[in-house]
Amino acid sequence: MSEVISNVQVAPNVYRLQVAGQFSGVMGQFYMLRSWEKYPLLSRPLSIFDLTEDKIEFLYLVTGEGTEMFSRLLPGDKLTLEGPFGNGFPEAKGKTAFIGGGIGIAPFYYALRTIPNADVFLGYSRDPYMIEAFQEATKGTVEVNIGGTVLDQVDFNAYDTIFTCGPHPMLQAVQRKQISSGTKANVYVSLENRMACGIGACLVCSVKCVDKRRKACTDGPVFRAEEVVLS
Amino acid sequence: MIDLSCNISGVHLRNPVIMASGTFGFGKEYGALYDINQLGGISGKGLTLYPKDGNDGIRVYETPSGMLNSVGLENPGVAAFLRDECPHWEKLDLARIVNLGGNTIEDYVEGARLIHEDSTVRMAAGRQAVDMIELNISCPNVKAGGMAYGIQTETAREVVRQIRATTSLPLVIKLSPNAEDIVGMAVMCQEEGADGVSLINTFSAMKIDIRKRRSVFDNLYAGLSGPAIKPIALRMVHQVSRAVTIPVIGMGGICSAEDILEFIMAGAAAIQVGTYNFVNLRGGQQLVQDLEQLMEREKITSLDEIRGII
Repeated sequence: MSEVISNVQVAPNVYRLQVAGQFSGVMGQFYMLRSWEKYPLLSRPLSIFDLTEDKIEFLYLVTGEGTEMFSRLLPGDKLTLEGPFGNGFPEAKGKTAFIGGGIGIAPFYYALRTIPNADVFLGYSRDPYMIEAFQEATKGTVEVNIGGTVLDQVDFNAYDTIFTCGPHPMLQAVQRKQISSGTKANVYVSLENRMACGIGACLVCSVKCVDKRRKACTDGPVFRAEEVVLS
Repeated sequence: MIDLSCNISGVHLRNPVIMASGTFGFGKEYGALYDINQLGGISGKGLTLYPKDGNDGIRVYETPSGMLNSVGLENPGVAAFLRDECPHWEKLDLARIVNLGGNTIEDYVEGARLIHEDSTVRMAAGRQAVDMIELNISCPNVKAGGMAYGIQTETAREVVRQIRATTSLPLVIKLSPNAEDIVGMAVMCQEEGADGVSLINTFSAMKIDIRKRRSVFDNLYAGLSGPAIKPIALRMVHQVSRAVTIPVIGMGGICSAEDILEFIMAGAAAIQVGTYNFVNLRGGQQLVQDLEQLMEREKITSLDEIRGII
């Protein structure tokens, strides 16, 4: 059991959770969290927002019963973390862009600790959050889009590596832009499928890829953009 | 000294806690978290003769005290299992159960034949990898046929009869709660020479996305598991246990040592744990420890003392 340090609302339905303890994990990996005993049954997968010596942080959107329970956590409350799981982002070569849509911005804050000069593109449908934190964290630029399409602001040919995370339609647009731009960059998408076990045993987070099915939890959650079939 | 051991048709289990098919892979993933040889047994991911891709779309949805899954029997196929997983299974020291499903009788029989032949070869070399076959005639997520076999007793009889004729490996038939008559189904399994029955598989169930005005699942229905189904599962295990003399493996929403004792009291020879593996990734290990402590508190020295007392 771990202990909540703080759980602060940063925008409507968006919270930043700090948990005390010595955790491990690389950029793009996730933990399975639960702050209850048996109900709801399933733990919730959240990607690492930040990780330092004595604490781990998560940025999450309240979307259902589990995350709603997270949102009520107070300092000192207990929760269980299992992880880190998944492969995370691969090593980036050359000029790198992070493109996050909505709560999909979460893994990129921690990724800046590994790739501090990445350019960051943050897209929000309505209420923005964590913009200043990203501006302070990166040596690259931060571009923001509210209510529009953040992808329109990214020149895919200006980068060697592009990491993306966001809602399904955004990732589909990433795939289209990868083709239409003719970019030679390595383009990656980080997926957020529903999960049960998180360790590759239950097959409910299956991802349809061009050659075969893969598991979001252990084969991903990061995939090459051209490898995933986003129907 | 508390005796947790049990016996299913000659297969010895150090304790009654078996990991249910589909929730535990082939044991490797959980084996990285704890020593799975502490468990009574493992029923591997459901296999079909040929590899299966499983269902498209959303595959899991949580419900009050339960979960719906629509995996659709995604699996590598029997041959790949024998080639890639059995070397690992050979080294395990617990009851190793192969779960076999199918769409046609021919596929069931051919799958069982491959497993039997492989098992014969391994055993001759002193390297056993499979202790038992659990025949899945009841997966609700497979459209073509799989479910139908689990519904009607006389349709299922033909599958059980032919599989029994194909293999001498201990054979347990996994029953569906969606069967027209689950007791009749169990009696049929006994008549056809099965060594046991396991029940229950998931309930065929549904979730509708009212905004999209469609089922959450591409396959329309999905299988409900978890504590929500436990009271019904317990009642069915009780009814079946009273109707047959072959061992009954009980399952359905087991999440605690108390739940295990309930199923044993209802008549189960052993139990399986499925959804709870997702609640607690070390749930199998936890339940074995808790069971021993609970029996000590309840002054039960052997499961035989309480089995089927209700």
